[in-house]
Amino acid sequence: MNIFTKTLSTLVGLTMAASAALAEPAIIYDLGGKFDKSFNESAHTGAKRWADETGGSFKEIELQNEAQREQALRRFAEAGANPIVMAGFGFADSLGKVAPDYPDTKFAVIDVFWLGIPNVREIAFNEHEGSYLVGMMAAKASKSGTVGFVGGMDIPLIRRFGCGYAQGVKAVNPNATVIANMTGTTPAAWNDPVKGSELTKAQISQGADVVYAAAGGTGVGVLQTAADEGILSIGVDANQNYLHPGKVLTSMLKRVDNAVYEAFLAGENLETGLVVQMGISNGGVGYALDEHNASLVSDEMKSAVDAAAASIASGSMSVHNYTDDETCPAITF
Amino acid sequence: MDIMPKWVDIIVVPFISVLIAAVLSALLIIAIGESPIAALNLMIEGTLFRSAGWGYMLYYTTNFIFTGLAVSVAFHAALFNIGGEGQAMIGGLGVALVCLFIPWPHWTLAIIGASIGAAVFGMVWAGLPAYLQAKRGSHIVITTIMFNFIAAGVLNFFLVDVLKPKGSMDPASANFPTTTHLPTFQDMASIFGFEKAFRSAPANVSFFIAILACAAVWYLIWRSPLGYEIRALGKSGPAARYAGVRPVKIIMIAMMISGALCGMMAINTTQGESERLILNFTEGAGFIGIAVALMGRSHPFGVLLAALLFGFLYQGGAELALWTKIPRELIVVIQALVILFTGALSLMVRAPLERFFMSLQKAKA
Amino acid sequence: MEPAIELKKISKSFGPVQANKDINISVMPGTIHGIIGENGAGKSTLMSILYGFYKADAGEIFVDGKKISIPDSQAAIAVGIGMVFQHFKLVENFSVLENIVLGAESGALLSPSLSKARTELAELASEYELNVDPDAIIEDIGVGMQQRVEILKALYRKANILILDEPTGVLTPAEADQLFRILKRLREEGKTIILITHKLREIMDITDTVSVMRQGEMTATLKTDDTSPEDLAELMVGRKVLLRVDKTPAKPTDPVLEIQNLSMVDDFGVKRLKNINLTVKAGEILGIAGVAGNGQSELLQVLGGYSAATGVIKLNGSEIDLSTSVSGDGQARRAMGMAHVPEDRQREGLIMDFMAWENAVFGYHREKSNQANRFFMDNNAIRKETEEKMKRFDVRPPNPKLTAKNFSGGNQQKIVLAREIERNPDLLLVGQPTRGVDIGAIEFIHQQIVALRDQGKAILLISVELDEILSLSDRVLVMFDGEIMGERQPENTNEKELGLLMAGVSEEFAQ
Repeated sequence: MNIFTKTLSTLVGLTMAASAALAEPAIIYDLGGKFDKSFNESAHTGAKRWADETGGSFKEIELQNEAQREQALRRFAEAGANPIVMAGFGFADSLGKVAPDYPDTKFAVIDVFWLGIPNVREIAFNEHEGSYLVGMMAAKASKSGTVGFVGGMDIPLIRRFGCGYAQGVKAVNPNATVIANMTGTTPAAWNDPVKGSELTKAQISQGADVVYAAAGGTGVGVLQTAADEGILSIGVDANQNYLHPGKVLTSMLKRVDNAVYEAFLAGENLETGLVVQMGISNGGVGYALDEHNASLVSDEMKSAVDAAAASIASGSMSVHNYTDDETCPAITF
Repeated sequence: MDIMPKWVDIIVVPFISVLIAAVLSALLIIAIGESPIAALNLMIEGTLFRSAGWGYMLYYTTNFIFTGLAVSVAFHAALFNIGGEGQAMIGGLGVALVCLFIPWPHWTLAIIGASIGAAVFGMVWAGLPAYLQAKRGSHIVITTIMFNFIAAGVLNFFLVDVLKPKGSMDPASANFPTTTHLPTFQDMASIFGFEKAFRSAPANVSFFIAILACAAVWYLIWRSPLGYEIRALGKSGPAARYAGVRPVKIIMIAMMISGALCGMMAINTTQGESERLILNFTEGAGFIGIAVALMGRSHPFGVLLAALLFGFLYQGGAELALWTKIPRELIVVIQALVILFTGALSLMVRAPLERFFMSLQKAKA
Repeated sequence: MEPAIELKKISKSFGPVQANKDINISVMPGTIHGIIGENGAGKSTLMSILYGFYKADAGEIFVDGKKISIPDSQAAIAVGIGMVFQHFKLVENFSVLENIVLGAESGALLSPSLSKARTELAELASEYELNVDPDAIIEDIGVGMQQRVEILKALYRKANILILDEPTGVLTPAEADQLFRILKRLREEGKTIILITHKLREIMDITDTVSVMRQGEMTATLKTDDTSPEDLAELMVGRKVLLRVDKTPAKPTDPVLEIQNLSMVDDFGVKRLKNINLTVKAGEILGIAGVAGNGQSELLQVLGGYSAATGVIKLNGSEIDLSTSVSGDGQARRAMGMAHVPEDRQREGLIMDFMAWENAVFGYHREKSNQANRFFMDNNAIRKETEEKMKRFDVRPPNPKLTAKNFSGGNQQKIVLAREIERNPDLLLVGQPTRGVDIGAIEFIHQQIVALRDQGKAILLISVELDEILSLSDRVLVMFDGEIMGERQPENTNEKELGLLMAGVSEEFAQ
């Protein structure tokens, strides 16, 4: 940091203070777009819930390319938006550069936990824990002993989903087979329902009778095909049980909406400089149970899963996190 | 002897094409209930009235110059290089390897090394389909587009399994050492005392390398015997054979130059902007390069102008996304309309103009 | 009697180019009318208007005294106009019968049309002595036969007026004679025939009346009996033309090009050249006669360095390595003293989108004299030199910045000739030097070739025009099916004898 940037930050700080009264929060969605029926949409839901409840307004942008990450951050920060919430780990690098330039602006970023900047709130979800629970349910619901996993883009985060899921399956049935496929290696994999459908059909032909989709928009195709072919599926991020009532076993909930909602609600008083771990213990992840899947979840299944959830929450049991060491005891990708 | 004066062909035709695209876009914006005039104001203000806007525009322009030149060089040999995307990706890999594994003392040396790395990697990636075309007759359009997918796979493999620092979520390499960081326009402007200019915009010195590349391509195509042979082969295969031009050699060379130029785009995005290798850094610039080359009539100066226009559209599009409710998809539609009218449909504009000039000449005669 | 067809004040322009201007023609039924003119004189445009391909800007068309309009070719057929194009419009893998019926089927089902056509075809064949096998596949029959199919196609559609565009371009002299017999027979049966050609001899042989076109205008309409080739040539070009080549006997010296046992197989495995042996000496013109497609093109390609072959080729006594011969050797051979005027200047000899000055160094662009330095070509010097060269070779207009496609055929050929001859080569390969070239330019081109010979250079001339072979060559070889059929001295042979050799009749029999 040179003198120039320091002067600049001060200048910005001054203008910021002047416009602080008008501050409205902002959210930046990742490249998948805000209506992906999954991660980004969940973030959008949280922002909208805040707006509906408080009558406030917020700024938002869907990115078109990588270079816009930093641009959007700076333009919003300069315009006085506060706090600025980002959905996705892709913002980590840009945020690392931008946040120190705007010390009076509060930032919150989801799926990032390694920055450690005073005015940034990092929010990490323990997807492996939630996936473990739905994995247990999959193993209990499966008659064939073979279950499937369809990931989106092949990145460690998604492997974390798959790894937790496989651990849950093996915990119930050590002899079960978990077939794991990734949709692709580019961000397009987040939004390829046709490929998702093909992968699901392939897994069904290999004997899978429960399929877990952790693939953003691609999952829509997975759930659809599973419903058409008469097997069970598991949704992700948001509660997707309603998409095919009676055919979606459950959904692994990742309460991105809550994280966004809370950040917006706290406004300029948002607590920053810390990593918020959203796990089973604090309701950050979990599984969905509603009228659409009540008939599919037996009491026995529910009590087993709830018991596991309780022991994870209490710390008496831990689920291996793939991203800790990039290995998985239950499955190889 | 040509029906239309040259200036009509170079200036008026693209201008009318852009105008038609703009009118259609305006109708679309009205249809979703926003004001097209406000949108245009926003685009112009956010791009041309702010130095940071220029900084973003020129950043995109730099990419488009490289890919536009690349497509142009291949066009001159009658080769349709759709593989700019993949060549740029692999070029980025070259940049990353050079920047990460060679300890550079200063950016001036690093940019030379990175340029060479990018060019060589892009060259190799374009050379493979070129070889298949030249020796085996596999159509270059098919192979280059296939190689885009392979490149994405290769890049993904390197990022996920080789270059990604342990524990990082992002499929991206480690940050490059600071000695390889390129001066941005902001850094350059502050040397001259304009410290507020181009603030944090990604445009960097590689813009000037792109301008140099324009000049180099112009000399190559219009002044060198090699460029002469490339053009000859592109215009007429049988004539080139008659003149003793080796088609295999020229196809290889033209495609490898094309690939090198695409690869060099990565010094702007990878070394200049992100300062690390990320997965999706090409952002379709390889494809935009086709439109840029078509609109620029495969001439380096035309490519420069077209690249500026598309840079404007990209930065203007970002402004629209930031401050209006115009959905992202519609912004893509607007950009696509410009591509459609300037590239694919330019004949639609040219034909009536030719008729007009024909009747003018007849009236004179 | 009403004229069978009459055109009054037909005009047509393409942009600034006036292709037809106030054309008047009147052809009586049962006659053969010739239209002669140089390339670009407007003959084809006129016929395209008659056949409904173009719409005239002004003027009227009368058929059998009735004013008609011809918006498309269907309308032309309906009024009894039939056209035989220079390039046949036949489906190669259909039978003769299928080709004749194509587009004139009588109903949704094919077989009734075919059987009806079969009967009609038999009638037509006997009436006009046009015998063809209705079940033969087009690609299996010769060009002469294919042309007959085209004529039958027109007659099947009840054509009374038959237009033939350059019909003898692809025929041997014998086949041409046969065609003329058929045309005479058609005339006897009352058909009206319009023959478009640039060959004076054909006009003199067969037509009753002749119109001459020059630069879009009809310069004269004459009775054929009242005119002579010299008069017609003068009307075509607008000045006196020397039709015969003026040259002294050759003084051949050392062999420059020696070819021994040269054979070549094309990409499809067909043997195109079979054990060719020949020698061209300095100071002579060796002509190779033959119907197009009998291996002459392949011979030029092999010599020019862009087709592989087996055998021995020696240039100035040193052998060229044919085993590694690939396309791209052209520049090396040029460096050895070979120059090459290719058969097809628009496809090979020139790049039509290049400017004249760029074409003027084509194939020699890497020579030191054209380089400003190690990296770049000396474009300014090339332009200047080209302009001078264009003036020397009377290229019009002598503007080096004009693209090649904007020059007429003759001027294009002069650009190629200027490039190849001014290199002062030891050996000049020339293919079809005057194809599609106007008469005025033919004279000039022939003079240049003879002048080069008189400087003691070796020249290998390939042409399908027998006139040209006979008037230019010092010795004549005849090629048929990739083989040399025999050698003749031009002064001791005639078209008939050469025609037999060209048709593959063996040497002994031909004598």
